[in-house]
Amino acid sequence: MKSKKQSVGITPYEAVGVVCAQSIGEPGTQMTMRTFHYAGVAEHVPTGLPRLIEIVDAKKEPKKPVIDIHLKKSYAKSRTESERVAKEVASLFVEDVADVADDLEKLTISVTYNERDGKAQSITFATLKKALQQFSEDLKINGNEITIKLTSKKTKTGEKKVTAKSVRKLSQKVREALVRGVPGVYKAVVLRGNDEYFIRAGGSNIVGACENPAVDPSRVYTNNIKEIERVYGIEAARNAIVKEIKDVMDMQRLYVDIRHIMLIADAMTYCGSIKSIGRHGLSGEKIGVLGRAAFEETIKHLINASAFAEEESLVGVTENIIVGQTVPVGTGKIKLVMKRKR
Amino acid sequence: MVKRKKKTDTAIFLNGRIVGTHPDGKSLANRLRERRRMNELSNQVNIHYNEKLNELHILTDKGRVRRPYVVVENGKSRLTPEILARLKNNELTWHHLVKMGIIEYLDAQEEEDTLIAISENELTPEHTHLEVHSANIFGIVAGVLPYPEHNSSPRITMACAMAKQSLGVYSTNFNNRYDTRGYVMYYPQEPLVQTKIYKALNLREKAAGQNCIVALTSYHGYNMADAIVVNRSAVDRGLHRVAMFKTYETEERMYPGGQKDKIELPTPEVVGFRGEEAYRYLDEDGIIISESEVGGKDVLVGKTSPPRFLEEISVFGAVEEKKRESSLSLKSGEKGKVDSVLVTEGPSGNRLVKIRIRSVKTPEVGDKLASRHGQKGVIGLCAKQEDMPFTSSGIVPDLVVNPHAIPSRMTAGHLLETLGGKAGCIGGMLMDATAFSGNTEDEFKAILTKNGFNEHGEEILYDGLTGRKITVKIFMGAVYYQRLHHLVSNKMHVRSRGPVQLLTHQPTEGRAREGGLRFGEMERDCLIGYGGSMLIKERLLEESDKTVQLVCTDCGSLATHDHARNRDMCPICQSETVEPVEMSYAFKLLLDEIKSLCIFPRIMLKKKG
Repeated sequence: MKSKKQSVGITPYEAVGVVCAQSIGEPGTQMTMRTFHYAGVAEHVPTGLPRLIEIVDAKKEPKKPVIDIHLKKSYAKSRTESERVAKEVASLFVEDVADVADDLEKLTISVTYNERDGKAQSITFATLKKALQQFSEDLKINGNEITIKLTSKKTKTGEKKVTAKSVRKLSQKVREALVRGVPGVYKAVVLRGNDEYFIRAGGSNIVGACENPAVDPSRVYTNNIKEIERVYGIEAARNAIVKEIKDVMDMQRLYVDIRHIMLIADAMTYCGSIKSIGRHGLSGEKIGVLGRAAFEETIKHLINASAFAEEESLVGVTENIIVGQTVPVGTGKIKLVMKRKR
Repeated sequence: MVKRKKKTDTAIFLNGRIVGTHPDGKSLANRLRERRRMNELSNQVNIHYNEKLNELHILTDKGRVRRPYVVVENGKSRLTPEILARLKNNELTWHHLVKMGIIEYLDAQEEEDTLIAISENELTPEHTHLEVHSANIFGIVAGVLPYPEHNSSPRITMACAMAKQSLGVYSTNFNNRYDTRGYVMYYPQEPLVQTKIYKALNLREKAAGQNCIVALTSYHGYNMADAIVVNRSAVDRGLHRVAMFKTYETEERMYPGGQKDKIELPTPEVVGFRGEEAYRYLDEDGIIISESEVGGKDVLVGKTSPPRFLEEISVFGAVEEKKRESSLSLKSGEKGKVDSVLVTEGPSGNRLVKIRIRSVKTPEVGDKLASRHGQKGVIGLCAKQEDMPFTSSGIVPDLVVNPHAIPSRMTAGHLLETLGGKAGCIGGMLMDATAFSGNTEDEFKAILTKNGFNEHGEEILYDGLTGRKITVKIFMGAVYYQRLHHLVSNKMHVRSRGPVQLLTHQPTEGRAREGGLRFGEMERDCLIGYGGSMLIKERLLEESDKTVQLVCTDCGSLATHDHARNRDMCPICQSETVEPVEMSYAFKLLLDEIKSLCIFPRIMLKKKG
C-alpha cells in the first residue's frame, strides 16, 4: 500500500534546486520596474527585483528597514491610544525640543529648551534635563538653559583633557541624545488594518519596542531578517525569508509555489545562520573545485586547489558535465537491480 | 577675450565660438534674418537667439539637419496666390522661392525661436512660419505611408522600418552593377493608394511591392498568428517574384618572391585537385561560361597558387613547381545561373574576375510579406487557386490575411487602404492617401456603390473546397504588399553531422560554416531539472567533443600510444598500466592548460561498479 506521504513526496534525485531556481527566476524576468507608492515611512522601501536581490544576498540591513508594531488588544482598538504609543515609540532627540550651542572658549555646551516644540511633543523641561544627565552630573540651570560643563577626567594612562575638539564631538552627541522613544525607530505612523490600529515605523528595534507595556510582544514584525535571526532565532528568520519573498511576488501578482520559496529559505538557513546565495554563500561552499571554478572566480579556486592538493570527488552536477560523465540527478543516480528468480 | 560692456549685452556666438557682444541681440537676430531673406546672407546661415541666457548663436557649420518652411509675416503667408499662380505657370521654381525669401530652411536651433502653423487657416499674427504641407511633419519615410493619421504610432514606426527592407528595384542600372548582393523584383507596381510625397519623390520609378487582392478572413488555420495564405497560381504568374544577384570575386594575388596566382583550368597534378567533375563548367581560360547552371560547391573560377614553402627540391636537383588549388567556388547550399562575368583589374593592378550569379526567389512558405501599415506576416501556405474562396464574378484573392491582425493593433489605415485600393481599381484611378488630406472613406463608398459594389467593400464569397456560399460577407480589396528581405531560402539551416572546430573538437558555429545549434547553459539547466541525465551526456559529450584518452593508473597523467613499439605508455612514470577513459575534449584541454600553469592534475581511476 502506498501511503499518502509516499505519493506526495518528491521522488529521489529529483533536481529540486534547479526547478526551484527556474520557478522563481522565470516570473522574476516579468517583474515590472513599476514602483508602488505609499504614504509615510514605507514609501521608499524597495519592492520587486531590488528587494528580492536584497533578501537573497542576505544583506546585513535592508535599504529601508520598517517595523510593524501591533498593540495589545486593549490599546489596539483606539486611535488616540495608538497614537500615544506611537509617540512614545518614535525616537525624539534633544535637538528636536531644544537648541544646542557649543561655546568653544569656555568649553561648555548650552542646551536651550524650546517651549513651543517641547509642548508640541509633550516634553517637559524636567524630562529634557533627565536626558542630559548622562553627559554630566552637574548641570547648571539658568531659566530654560542648561549648561553642560566638561571636566577633565583622570584615566590610568594620564589626564584626558577637554579640548575644543572634544566639545564639538560631545555637542553632536548631545544633539542626537534620545529624549524619548526607542533607539533606532523613527517616523512612527498609525495605520489601520485587520480591524485594529497598528504602528508602522522606520528602522527596526524589536527588543526596544517590546519594552513598551502597550506593545504586544508576540506581534512585532520587521523586514530586517538579520534582526529577526538575532532576536528570535534561525527558524523565525527562515519564516521571515519565506514571507518577504512571497510578499514581493504577491505585490507583482506573480504566483510561485510556496514550496520553492521555502526551499530557498531552507538552503539559506539550514546551517544555523543566514547564508547568501552566490559566491560568498551557498555557491562558494560547494565541495567540488571544478564546480566552484565553473561558477565565479575560476582562477582563485584553481590556484587554491592546487596549493592544497585538493581532490575533486565529482559529486556535483557541473563537475560531471565538465568531465563528461552522467550527472548524479534523475536517471543518472538511480540504478535498477533485478533479483533473479531461482 | 570678449567681455560684455554691460550686463544686459548679448553675447554673440559664431558656430559655438564667442565673437563679440551686442546691446540688443533680439533685434540683431531679426535684422540678420531679414538680410538672409533678402538674399544678402547665405540661406544656409541659421540664427538662434536664446532669451534665457541672452546669447545669439549664428550657425554656418556643416552637418545641421534643416527643413523648409514658408515664411509668415503678420499672420500672412509670403506664399501668396499670385506667386502660386506663377509657380503653376512654371515661371518660378522652388529655388526661386528660396532666393525670394518665401521659403527658408531652419535647423534645430533656429526652430526654437519659431511658432509654426501646420495649415494656412490656423495662422495668427504670432506665427512666424508655415509648414509647406501638413503631411510634411511625417518626414520622408513616413510620408510615403498611406493614411498614417489613421494608424497607431508604433505601427507607423514599424511600417517605416519594414519599407526599408522591401524588395523592388534598388537601382535602375542594376544590370550594369556588380553588387555583393542585390534583389530585383520581376513585376514591381506603383501603389494604387499613394501619397503626394510618394509622387514627389518619383518612387514609382523604383517601386518596391505589388497591389494584391486581399481577403480579410481565416483559411483553415493556415493564417493564424500573422501568417498569410497566398494564391499559388498568383505566385506562378509572378506575384512577388524576385531575382537575387550575388557577386563572387577572385584576384590573381602577388606573393613575395615574384610568384603569382594564376587563373586557369587546374590540372590533376595540382595539389588539392577537386576532380574533373568540379571544373566541368569552366572554359579554357579557367573562367565559367555565362548562363551555366551552378549549384553545390561548383567551381566558378579555376585558380592555382604557388606553394606555401620554397622546398620540394626533387631528386634531379631541379626545383619542381608544385602548385596549390585555390579556386573560387559557390557557397554550399546555394544555386543559380551565371548571370555575367567581368574580367578587370584589381586595386593593386592584379587580374580580377567577378562572377554574378542570378537565382530566382519565388515566394514560398516562410517568406515575409508586409503591408505599409506595420502589418507583417509570414507565408503560411501557398494554396491552390481552386481551393481558395472566390466571388460570383470569379475573383480569387491573392492573399488571405487573418482579421485578428487588425483590432489590437489599431491599424485602421490598412482597412482604409483596402477600400481605397478597391475603389481605385473599379474607378480606374489612383487614390490619394496623403496624411490629413487624402481621399475619404465617403468618396470610396460613392465609387463602389456607383459601380454596383457593396459600399463597405464586402463581398459574398464561395468556399473553393466545397463550393458552398460562405454565410458571412467578407471584406476584400486591393492592398499594396511588399516582399521583405528575409527569405527562408537564405536562412534555412539544418545539421545532423558536419565540420568541427580544430581547437575544441566541438561543432562549428553559424549557418555559413554548416554549424550546429548551441545547446547552451540554460538549455542544460532544463535537462538537469527534468532529470534527464543520459540525455545531457548525449548532447554534451556524445554529439559534441567526445574523445577517448589514455590515463596512467599509477600516476594519473594522460598517457600515449607508442606507435613504434605498439604499446601504451605513460610518458611521466614509464608505466605501462594504462586505461582508456572516455571524456570530453574540452576537459582534456583544461588539463593541458592547467599543466601549462605548472599544476599537475592527476586522474584517479576507480573501477566502475
